[in-house]
Amino acid sequence: MDEPVTPPSKKRSLGSWALIAVPYFWLALFFLVPFLIVFKISLSQIAVAIPPYTPAFDLSAGWQAFRESLSELSLENYVWLTEDDLYWKSYLSSVIIAAVSTFITLLVGYPIAYGMARSPAAWRPTLLMLVILPFWTSFLIRVYAWIGILKNEGLLNQLLMSLGLISEPLTILNTNIAVYIGIVYSYLPFLVLPLYASLERLDGSLLEAAEDLGCPPWQAFWKITLPLSLPGVIAGCFLVFIPAVGEFVIPDLLGGSNTLMIGKTLWVEFFNNRDWPVSSAVAVILLLILVVPIILFQNQQQKMQERDG
Amino acid sequence: MTRGPTWFNLTSLVLGFSFLYLPIVLLVIYSFNESRLVTVWGGFSTKWYAALLENDQLLDAAWVTLRVAFVSASVATVLGTMAALVLVRSGRFRGRSLFSGMIFAPLVMPEVILGLSLLLLFVAMDQARGFWTVMIAHTTFAMCYVAVVVQSRLVGFDKSVEEAAEDLGCPPVKTFFLITLPIILPGVIAGWMLAFTLSLDDLVIASFTTGPGATTLPMKIYSQVRLGVTPEINAVCTILVAFVTVGVIAASIVSKRQQVQRERDERAAFGAEG
Repeated sequence: MDEPVTPPSKKRSLGSWALIAVPYFWLALFFLVPFLIVFKISLSQIAVAIPPYTPAFDLSAGWQAFRESLSELSLENYVWLTEDDLYWKSYLSSVIIAAVSTFITLLVGYPIAYGMARSPAAWRPTLLMLVILPFWTSFLIRVYAWIGILKNEGLLNQLLMSLGLISEPLTILNTNIAVYIGIVYSYLPFLVLPLYASLERLDGSLLEAAEDLGCPPWQAFWKITLPLSLPGVIAGCFLVFIPAVGEFVIPDLLGGSNTLMIGKTLWVEFFNNRDWPVSSAVAVILLLILVVPIILFQNQQQKMQERDG
Repeated sequence: MTRGPTWFNLTSLVLGFSFLYLPIVLLVIYSFNESRLVTVWGGFSTKWYAALLENDQLLDAAWVTLRVAFVSASVATVLGTMAALVLVRSGRFRGRSLFSGMIFAPLVMPEVILGLSLLLLFVAMDQARGFWTVMIAHTTFAMCYVAVVVQSRLVGFDKSVEEAAEDLGCPPVKTFFLITLPIILPGVIAGWMLAFTLSLDDLVIASFTTGPGATTLPMKIYSQVRLGVTPEINAVCTILVAFVTVGVIAASIVSKRQQVQRERDERAAFGAEG
């Protein structure tokens, strides 16, 4: 992956090397190395000890011991993941829930972003601020706010019953519907912001030209606006989908006992069952599932940056 | 588009923003509810706020959270600004792809993975867990957000001012503090605030990396939420929301004023030249 070093115009000074080295070192130590450790522990055995796993290898014991310990590594935890259908059902249902939520978020978010981009220029900074503000507000609080709304004796049921639309309270909390609502609500700003950015840059004269040539507005939308806003749509969908797959707080607080999501399964495996090797294996597989969308997302971001820069 | 907003656009904006804000508004309203039943209105009261002041556990957790957020946001701002400078200014170097990958990946990485992996690192390092481990964990993911915010500021930046300073013999570090930093300052401040609120909000990563004596406010709120909705939690949440809202609005007003001032200065400088 390394790009060739182009001959620098002037020799890099010590200071500029330090500038690179400090954040590089921090991220390598606290982001990259931890993944290697997760991978290592996913190959070891659970043990009744503190920490609760047998070390997979100990580098201080020398090369010979290292080679011996390699032979002791086992894929047992991964075999276990395939045998118990809880795990693959969790993975599958996480991906499905995240994909459906992403699609709903797009349906809800597109009109908002479109309305913002078409609003008078004087309104736009305020509207932008209004979209960003919930992003600054605690995730936990925003999920919690929905419990009071969705529960059986909650505000939504009270409203619907007082309007006479329903006679029995609807059970929404602790179902997958509540999880969808929670994900759409929490991740909406992530989708609206990149979408708004690409819609705002759209050249209005193209739409005027289409209109002058007799193109009806909805057709102009399909043929001009939507294709040109596609980079924003893609970026926004990635920003919703990827974190939603591993979401823990929303399925835990809004979902029911039969809501399977892998983030929750990992949490339970780690905190309740204290099975560190299996939860590491769950994390490794989750990462493998997400690697493809993450790389696609990064490539797209880089392309957009190069075009703008 | 110079025409006024159409009915369709106006409706989607009103519905969209109601969806975004209604749950929080309801939460705030019901924090002033006299009744203990959260969803039945029993009259206006501030008693739940008074009750908070006597809840020592909650106050302790709030104090820990503020300390963690302050230290981690400050370290993350320094590291994140350095990382942004590297991304924008250092050109190509060996391992650049890995570097930008490590900046962007934590932005979308599920929190359970970040939390678990950092915990296992601290265990492998035989590090006692508590305030400092949460601080390091928060710094690590927050610096990536800071880097992205500052980077966007650096990209739209006139490099010629910096080059002029260097041509006149100003050493790079001095150039940074005298020229670059003042120009990117709004981005740096926004980055710090983002890092601060991210740390203030985080439940998952803190739960993995914390130890005895370092329970943060979100962890406290979470353990109470699992037992049900109570007006006290509504009151805590209202205070947090108010705190963040005032901070964000104040910061945006300050940065706007600075920008107007700078534009005026620039115009004055060009006017003097001509």
